[in-house]
Amino acid sequence: MITLTVNGKQHQYDDDENMPLLWALRDILNYKGTKYGCGKGLCGACTVHLNGQPIRSCATPVSVVGDQKITTIEGLSENGDHPVQEAWQELNVPQCGYCQSGQIMSAVALLKSNPSPTDEQIDIAMSGNICRCGTYERIRKAIHRAAQLKIDVKEQS
Amino acid sequence: MKTIENVSRRSFLKGLGIGSGALVLAVNFPEFVGMPKAIAAGQVSKFEPSVYVHINSDNTVGIVVHRSEMGQGIRTSIPMIVADELEADWQQVKVIQGLGDKKYGSQNTDGSRSVRRFYFPLREAGATARTMLEQAAAQQWKVPVEQVFAKEGYIHHRSSGKKIAFGELVEAAASLPVPDPQTLTLKESKDFNFIGKSDVALVDGHDIVTGNTTYGYDVDLPGMEYVVIARPPVLASALESFDASKAKAIKGVIDVVALDNLQEPPLFKPLGGVAVIAKNSWAAMQGRDALDIKWKVSEHKVYNTDTYKQMLKDSCDNAEAVLRKKGDVDTALASADKVLAGEYYVPELIHVPMEPPAAAAHFHDGQFDIWACTQTPQSAQNTVATLLNVAPEKVNINVTLLGGGFGRKSKPDFIVEAALMSKRRGKPVKVLWTREDEIKNGYYHAVSYQKIKAALGPNNEVNAWKHDVALPTISSTFAKGANVIGGEADLGLIDMPYDIANVQCAAGKATAHTRIGWLRSVTNINQAFAICSFADELARNAGEDPKDYLLKLIGKDRQINLAEENAKYGNYGEPMEKYPIDTARLKNVVERVAKMSAWDKPRAEGKALGIAVHRSFVSYVACVAEVSKKADGKIKVDKVWLSVDCGTAVNPERIRSQMEGAAVFGVSIAFFGELTAKDGVIEQSNFHDYPIARIADSPVTVVDIVESDDLPGGVGEPGVPPVVPAITNAIYELTGTRYRELPLNKMGIV
Repeated sequence: MITLTVNGKQHQYDDDENMPLLWALRDILNYKGTKYGCGKGLCGACTVHLNGQPIRSCATPVSVVGDQKITTIEGLSENGDHPVQEAWQELNVPQCGYCQSGQIMSAVALLKSNPSPTDEQIDIAMSGNICRCGTYERIRKAIHRAAQLKIDVKEQS
Repeated sequence: MKTIENVSRRSFLKGLGIGSGALVLAVNFPEFVGMPKAIAAGQVSKFEPSVYVHINSDNTVGIVVHRSEMGQGIRTSIPMIVADELEADWQQVKVIQGLGDKKYGSQNTDGSRSVRRFYFPLREAGATARTMLEQAAAQQWKVPVEQVFAKEGYIHHRSSGKKIAFGELVEAAASLPVPDPQTLTLKESKDFNFIGKSDVALVDGHDIVTGNTTYGYDVDLPGMEYVVIARPPVLASALESFDASKAKAIKGVIDVVALDNLQEPPLFKPLGGVAVIAKNSWAAMQGRDALDIKWKVSEHKVYNTDTYKQMLKDSCDNAEAVLRKKGDVDTALASADKVLAGEYYVPELIHVPMEPPAAAAHFHDGQFDIWACTQTPQSAQNTVATLLNVAPEKVNINVTLLGGGFGRKSKPDFIVEAALMSKRRGKPVKVLWTREDEIKNGYYHAVSYQKIKAALGPNNEVNAWKHDVALPTISSTFAKGANVIGGEADLGLIDMPYDIANVQCAAGKATAHTRIGWLRSVTNINQAFAICSFADELARNAGEDPKDYLLKLIGKDRQINLAEENAKYGNYGEPMEKYPIDTARLKNVVERVAKMSAWDKPRAEGKALGIAVHRSFVSYVACVAEVSKKADGKIKVDKVWLSVDCGTAVNPERIRSQMEGAAVFGVSIAFFGELTAKDGVIEQSNFHDYPIARIADSPVTVVDIVESDDLPGGVGEPGVPPVVPAITNAIYELTGTRYRELPLNKMGIV
């Protein structure tokens, strides 16, 4: 039995400990905002935070997570008003939206370590997140916008 | 004739974002009827003058989106159209995803036609409701209807200034006769509140950024089992034997079963194989990987990319199916001062939507309830009904959000798999395709070889254009042995718009060895690549500016009549009178994109421009790409300018986003896209060996939308075709090397 802490809430987990966190979140604990895209850590759709650091949940077994704090897209803010979420909406970033949970989680982590990134720094930090619809340019702009909002991007967890 | 069903308590509503307590009626008409119907029922009275719109006594306006949302923004654009004519208050609009039902007309969300086909029916739906509300108010106030008008959720009386909310008129309006569509007055474009405006936020924007969305992959039914299938690596191979002992030993695996072998043609049938049933996705995937399967490999094992390429090349020389013929190209070529020739190769491609196919199904009481990320709910309904022997009415297709479509999700094979497995298990199931499944067992964009020859006169004028193509046809998916293209010819081959005296377009034979399907803009991808590249080659040969030469090639203002040139042209299902091939519009976008990109101004050292223009899905798009060499010598696309004439621009904000996406999609094709086959097996499997553009590859995109009152054209696809040749033309300008074969990463330059 493992206690998983997701968005500040504790869950008892007694399924396969080798199961990647992605599937534990989605199928067992019912946090479906985190998405599957490749299962190999190649596309970033499954990005969540582990103690505030972005990880690929599809390639992270539950056993590795232990009692560390997990933050998913659902836990980023109470009302969807995290500056990154607001910037994303203001610029209508999403097309299909499927990859955007992962994009947003990567962007939040970037802004936490670098509150005012350049385009180049954005490109490096976001290089692990694929968007097939091609919303990259708006992602860049939205990250600048979120930085500009100058609101504390600390996570709630 | 009609049955009204109260579906308010159905559990699926919650998943689709419809709150509890709402009265929701499903209305089944025997056929699609343009005739609106008035309906009122329940405690909250409802006025439904059309299948697309209803107004409740609490002032909310329900607008049905009967098309699938896959990123093009249709769940925003359709409500904008209806709400505009209705004069609805946008804050009161509730978007309802339509079930698969032929009462809506076509729901086949592909071919860039949601707005194109439904712009006027949707406006009529809104105008009908508005007119009836105005009549109800006029009757209540005992004033002539001419004295009242609708505005932002109210009917106003012009002289007295009094107003009444829509909701208060619902009961009275519902008892009025529905006006004849001929009598409706549609709004003038200057009065639009939403159409043509860019300030409407995405309907699903907040849900997407908070993770509160339901895609096909996310559907969860009580007691649901998860299914992952091992499908034959070579199309139509039969199952010989399998050992499931290791799979069954995996924690969470419930059972392993064999599926029926596929009998060709593939259509939208399941591919067969071995299904692993498990308690969760991970167990099902692990179980599938642990299977030991032996296949009786089909005749398609002869498919090898290298030899197939040579076969296509040879087939171009035997292109006997003449699809357009004007004048006499052979004589013109024989007597030419000079013949310029180019050969172009575009490999097999696959969609890779971020969400692979997924569908949930529950077979109970003789009916199927299905939830799926489908572009074609009616096709899914009919295919399930046909293959599983039930009446279509017994198949309910709930359309979830789609995590990208690009044409993959207009093929409902994965939905049939879910239906089949639920019936077999007697339980709700969800069938999940992994990324590997999506790449290895897809409906592919056909690999193609093309040869173009031009006969030039003494001053490099083009006297003849001969274009021969060879590629496996989409028709082979529906008829075994079909080996000559059909509808693909209409997608950028025979509609080549240059003004040349002798033209011939023809196709050679090619046997398909994988399922061939359509991918965003379909054969326009390869055909525009060849044609727009060759136009650039002609310009270089003549020593002229590529933009000026392109305008000269297109020639005088005219509407091209392909019927006069022995070509049967489908024009994307639209009549030529309404949507002609208009060379003036084509030249206009060329001029505009040249101006916008400052084409005539010299570029900084190490930068260069390329240009291309293409009409597809009855819209016109010109593209200029700017490329440069990075410090490591690799080429990057820095900037893309797109000028689009799609007629009436309903949702300019989403048109811009589609063009931005098209630029990135084009970069993916130009730089990275290539599938290869070895002994019938697709060799690639995931993003490491089938890469697509990442953020650092993506250009800055500037989009110009032509202001127009012409009929709306397509938007989702037409941006893609000109991007690829604009890039390779720019690379020629930069490096002096002509790339006629994709992708460019194989050449080591990107």
